Amino acid sequence: MRYKNMFDKVSAKGHLAYIPFVIVGDPDAELSLKIIDTLVANGADGLELGLAFSDPVADGPVIQQATLRPLANKFSIEAGLNLIGQVRQKYPELPIGLLTYANLVFAQGIDVFFGKCNAQGIDSVLVADCPVKESELFEADAKKNNTDLVFIAPPDADDATLKVTAEKSKGYTYVLSRKGITGTEVAATKAKTDFLQKLKQYQSPPLVQGFGISEPKHVFDAANAGVDGIITGSAIVNLINQHYNNPQIMLEQIADYVSDIAQAAHTEHTCVS
Amino acid sequence: MSLKERIDQVSDNSQYEYQGAYIGQYGGQFVPQILVPALEQLEEAFEAAIIDDEFIGELNRLLNDYAGRPTPLTECETFGRTEHCRIFLKREDLLHGGAHKTNQVLAQALLAKRMGKHRIIAETGAGQHGVATALACSLLGLKATIYMGKKDCDRQAPNVFRMKLMGAEVISVDNGSASLKDAINEALRDWASSYEDTHYLLGTAAGPAPFPKMVKRFQQVIGEEAKKQILEQTGQLPDAVIACVGGGSNAIGIFADFIKEEGVKLIGVEPAGHGLDSEAHGATLLRGTEGIIHGSRTHILQTEEGQIKESHSISAGLDYPAVGPEHVHLMTSGRAEYVGITDDEALEAFQELSKTEGIIPALESSHALAYAKKLAQAATEPTTLLVNLSGRGDKDLSHVMSILEENDQQGVTDAL
Repeated sequence: MRYKNMFDKVSAKGHLAYIPFVIVGDPDAELSLKIIDTLVANGADGLELGLAFSDPVADGPVIQQATLRPLANKFSIEAGLNLIGQVRQKYPELPIGLLTYANLVFAQGIDVFFGKCNAQGIDSVLVADCPVKESELFEADAKKNNTDLVFIAPPDADDATLKVTAEKSKGYTYVLSRKGITGTEVAATKAKTDFLQKLKQYQSPPLVQGFGISEPKHVFDAANAGVDGIITGSAIVNLINQHYNNPQIMLEQIADYVSDIAQAAHTEHTCVS
Repeated sequence: MSLKERIDQVSDNSQYEYQGAYIGQYGGQFVPQILVPALEQLEEAFEAAIIDDEFIGELNRLLNDYAGRPTPLTECETFGRTEHCRIFLKREDLLHGGAHKTNQVLAQALLAKRMGKHRIIAETGAGQHGVATALACSLLGLKATIYMGKKDCDRQAPNVFRMKLMGAEVISVDNGSASLKDAINEALRDWASSYEDTHYLLGTAAGPAPFPKMVKRFQQVIGEEAKKQILEQTGQLPDAVIACVGGGSNAIGIFADFIKEEGVKLIGVEPAGHGLDSEAHGATLLRGTEGIIHGSRTHILQTEEGQIKESHSISAGLDYPAVGPEHVHLMTSGRAEYVGITDDEALEAFQELSKTEGIIPALESSHALAYAKKLAQAATEPTTLLVNLSGRGDKDLSHVMSILEENDQQGVTDAL
């Protein structure tokens, strides 16, 4: 219900939901919590939190670099999920999504993994290397443990795929700005309206756009195209990469950046459907 | 035969067939959603090509006139020869490019052309697949970009030069463990934005569907030829077929035509590195656990939480922490047996085959040779072994030379 409540509230004002992304435990547990507090204090409507995986094939160089820090510190998956539990305690109403890779879910036992997610108050899980056609492996255990599975809709997907994605995705649907991997090197282009329209027609949950969104301009483009929310990941993670040795500056820069994007998202957008 | 018996027989045989993306419970298509249409397009093109006489004719012409098929089957005069045992070598070392890799690379490159792709990307570990890709692209007028771990670029410098000579661009990958698995990650990342005009020419019978099935299909020529040749030379099928397993393409290629011959043992030899019970090996089937990596549900060397571990082998071509899904199926169903050979045992076989037969084998293939020799020594009744000599050892010369020099110095120090 947290996603629904949040999207209802945000769209009632004509705003876009802003969901920032960071890797859990980066650069360390203590600072990771401070970073997350900074995201929330500066306007995040929800969180997308990534678990560090040794082989993140969907991620560009910025997020790959961030992934290495928790792995080098032996910050475990268990520690990551526990940290999210602490975040949940602090923010009981905030939608929290987990971004992970299939092997991290599989290794613990799929039921066990989703059980832990549920226990730590995680609302949704997006498995970056699980397309809708392989969703069966995870669906039953996710459902049993009250966890929404989020799927990705690429801009060039055919109608059949968009239909299945709209049906299977719960909480929200992650719509891609463009082809490729995460990163700000290739900026978002305005999403094609017809692909978003089709998802809506197939009764998709709210549409949240990610990949290549880094500036307020991209946020306005996204609003014009008709999405319900946006995700920025690499732009924030890049600030962590640059300044993690100087936490004060890092937190200030993240605060400035997040409040800029939040301001753009929390404007009354006329085209919001 | 009753209907029931016929149905039973069909279902029996189908145990070793792919059902969609899966073989048994292994395989699948675990990739980011963005890559699914590219894989589906590839599968469609592959299924259409292999029943098209024109495609098969063109492929066979290249395999015969350019690559040098059929390769010979050579009986060892001395190596592993005992009162009871004969060892036959399938000579993929004589294929153009120096290893079995060329078989399936020519096929995939032709397929890519047929699909209208102009650019090829590939990963490479030791550089053999990169070299094969570079030669095929040069022949067929395709642009080649090869991803290679930085560590591998350093230890396989001559192969980097070979690729560049043949016009390929080589990109050194310095993230993660800077080895083969990271080169695969980087190729997948490239493909996520380039699939419209680019084919990912994966180098082994692993990865997402349709690669395991497709690479098997294009390597099965090894086993088909070998079966015919050994029947001609001995009048019977071999008692066992032996091949080394990294990703598993040369093994599945020589196994394929023998899978339904129940009397023939299939033996895959994994790199046991410093020992199966050490931390340094690449024995994914014997010591790995089930998981999902590079698009496939398969066996992986991993931590309890699912982080992928680094593998180790004296031979770069076997140094991969996962394995093709069909080998997991062949192992769990009991059809094939998998064993380990250490770095030292492989090195010994490398030297012995060179000395006794005048054939310098690849370090990869030396694992299969070492196990064949063990079997030969243990044989108490007439035994015929078929070994896939998957590649030649020229690429390993400087590596082996430095190891042997080190061992010599060690020997001198120990003696003092």
